[in-house]
Parts: sequence; structure tokens; C-alpha cells
Amino acid sequence: MNNNRYVLTFILIMTATVAVLLTGLREATKARADRNEDIFNKRAILSAIATKLDEPVKSMTDDQVVQIFQDDMEQLVLDMEGNVLEDIAAEEIDMAVERKKPESNRKLPLYIYKANGNNTYILSVRGNGLWDEIWGNIALESDLNTIAGAAFDHKGETPGLGAEIKDNPKFSQQFSGKKIYANSEFVSIDVVKGGAKADNQHAVDGISGATVTADGVAEMLYRGIKYYEPYLSQLQQSSMVLPAEQ
Amino acid sequence: MAETIVKEQVKDKEPLFGKKERQLLSDPLNDNNPITVQVLGICSALAVTSLVYPSLVMAVAVVFVTAFSALFTSLLRNYIPKQVRLIVQLVIIATLVTVVELTLKYLNYPVYKQLSVYIGLIITNCIVMGRLEAFSMANKPWRSFLDGLGNGVGYGVILVMVAIIREIFGKGTLFAGSPIELALIGPSADYFINTTTNTWFSWYSNNNLMVLPAAAMFIIGVMIWIQRSYNTKLVDVS
Repeated sequence: MNNNRYVLTFILIMTATVAVLLTGLREATKARADRNEDIFNKRAILSAIATKLDEPVKSMTDDQVVQIFQDDMEQLVLDMEGNVLEDIAAEEIDMAVERKKPESNRKLPLYIYKANGNNTYILSVRGNGLWDEIWGNIALESDLNTIAGAAFDHKGETPGLGAEIKDNPKFSQQFSGKKIYANSEFVSIDVVKGGAKADNQHAVDGISGATVTADGVAEMLYRGIKYYEPYLSQLQQSSMVLPAEQ
Repeated sequence: MAETIVKEQVKDKEPLFGKKERQLLSDPLNDNNPITVQVLGICSALAVTSLVYPSLVMAVAVVFVTAFSALFTSLLRNYIPKQVRLIVQLVIIATLVTVVELTLKYLNYPVYKQLSVYIGLIITNCIVMGRLEAFSMANKPWRSFLDGLGNGVGYGVILVMVAIIREIFGKGTLFAGSPIELALIGPSADYFINTTTNTWFSWYSNNNLMVLPAAAMFIIGVMIWIQRSYNTKLVDVS
């Protein structure tokens, strides 16, 4: 019974059965799985503006999350020159895919949270940690200088060390209130090993034992926010002409 | 003559929960535990045990995979060509793992994200394939199923025990990320033991070592030590 013909037939039947089974299951679960992923990503963006929301992102229901995106969130996609691209929403941009493209071809997602007459701009950044990719969402106040909040995530940083950028809320909370411009020059936010001075507007404390991840965060912020600079300076100029818009 | 035939028939029939069956279930929990005695599946035991809730999900996933891969392998054992039996076992395991992955995406996406690669890595967990090759290929479906179930549970129990210790002392919480999250030891007023105002525990602060994978190795080491000190037949005589 163990001749080649039997082995081949067995493998063929087995593979076909398994393929049909798994395809069926995937199709049956796809709609809700995709919705779950979508809401997971939306929550990640909202956690950057946690201080602006009435309720902790964690305790919001899925419908509430969708509602905020429907009512208060404008989604733009920018090219590297700062032009707004038509017919595409920020959510359709996959930062992991964009990062593989040459720099000049990348598209940037920009979320604008509009509530109480104030705009909060949420920028997406992505870079390298120690083991794998790290990414985050940075929220800027309407002055386009002060950071309103930040949230980070990672693919494979060490739990207890590099993974603290996500797990330890104290790390991301440090960013609130820091400024990305010094005398109208872009300086970003540095992550300082051994601790940043309390009065330093442009730096936060690093994490002991996670120097490479912290350096990765600083590098990601510098490069990632700089990508948005053409658009941000356009915005700043237009708001100077029309101060009423502030 | 008639009597012996009846007796033989009775012998042939395996009881659902005879002595042998109970042993198949209980052996992996103690005397032949996959983690503390066979030292298999250590990779995921070190990696996913920093929080209880993901560990629990991981444990359930592994129990599902070990039990049903054993069942299906055993059902097919007389048809599987010997030359490709490992590949066939692997396909069975991989199918079940994919089922787990799709189900988790459907039911609880955040936990799926948290466990990330470790769900996929169940495929390479030595416990699963080890039991298929050593037991299911040579035993009947029901017994194989119990053997798989027992080994999965034996792995899962250790996983959850390690996770409970690590989460309490590392993060000061229990079941974080689940619907019944408990805040146990910490600085804020919401915590069960408030280390800033509680005079008895004010000396304690969360131990970051417990969050690191190395802590799981120490804890499993201590568990093996404790187990061998009361179960002396496990101690190697050399």
C-alpha cells in the first residue's frame, strides 16, 4: 500500500481537504475579523489623543470608536511634498507597506480630530526598534508644536524592557506638553538615556535596559515627523494669515 | 467454550474511563509533565507567560491542538503512508493551528495581536508532534485523544501557574487585558494593595525582573525542584 501512487493520492486528497476547509473557515470569519482589525487600529489612533476624549479608550465600546471616527475625525493622505491627495482616506494607508517604498513615493496618513472648535493633528510614524519594527501615533495641538499625546506599539521588543514603550503608560505620557520646534526650527523629541532634565522641552526619559529601542523611538520621531513638515508649515502659514481660524 | 468467547469480547472492549484512560489523563499532569519532566515546549512557556490572560488563551489553544491532532492522527494512522507520516502530522497540526488563529481573530483580536507569532509557533511545539509520533500513531482514537488532552492540560497548567506568579509580582495585576482585570499591587487608589498608603506593603514595588522572560526560567526551575522533592521517583539516580 505504500507505493508512490498511494502516497501521492493520499497527499493530494489531504491537501485538497485541508485547503477547502481552511478557505471556508476564513471566508466565514472574514467580515468580523476585518472589522476587529479595523477597530483595533482605530483604538491605537485614539489612544494618542486619550487626554482629549471623555472616556478611556479601553472602556469604549466598538460602536463608540466607530462613532468618533465618523463624527469628529477628518482623514487626509499627504504626499511627501505636503500636497493632500484626493479620493483616499488615511485608514487605507498601511505604514508597513509605505516604509518599503522609496522615500519620495511614500504617502502619509494624517488624522485630524475636530472637537470643541480645536483641531488635533495625529501623525503616524514608523521605525526600527531593537528586534523588529516599532510604530506610533503622535498627536499635535492646534499650534502644531505642542504634543498632545503619543502612543507606541511594537512587533517584538523585549517584555519588561523595550516593550515598555507600549506597556508602560508612563513612557508615552511624558510626551504630552513637549514641543517639537525650538525657535521655529524643527528639533523633534529626543529620548535621553539617564533621564532628561525636567525643564527640557524637547526630550523625555529613556528606559533603563532598552537603549536601542529608545534610540529607535527618537530616530523614528525625528524622521517621521519631519516627513510631515511641508504640510505642517503650509498649515502654519495659512493660520498666520487667518488668525481667526485658530 | 462459549464462556471464553464472551470473556474475550469483554476484554476487547475498552472502557471509556478505565484505569488506563485515567492514567493517560493524569500522567502528564504530574509524573510525566511535558514542561517540568520532559522539558518540552519551553520556548512558548518563557515567552507568553508575563500575563495570565494571554497564557490562558495560549493554554486553551494548545489543549485544542494536542487533543484534536492526536484524534485525527489516530483515526488516520492505518492509512498514513510511512514515508511521509511526519509531513502528514505536520499538516494536521498546522491546519488546527490555523483554525485557532482564525477563531482568535474572529473572537478576540487584541489577544491575537498580543500572542502574535506564538500561536503560529504551536506548530513547532515539541509536545504536539512528540505525542503524535510516540502515541497516536500506535493507539486507538479515544486513548490518543485523552493522551493529547492530558499533555495539553499538563502544559497549560504550568503555563498559567508561571503567569500568575509573574503577573502578580511583575505588574501587580491579575488577568490584565481580560474583562475581569484585577489591580492588585500598585501605587494608585484603585489597586487592591496600595503600596503608597498601605503600611504593611509600602516596602514593595513591582519587580521588573518578573516581566522579563528570564523570570519564567527561574520559576519553572523552582517548580521542577519542588515537584522532585515530593515526587522522588522523578529524581535521576546517577
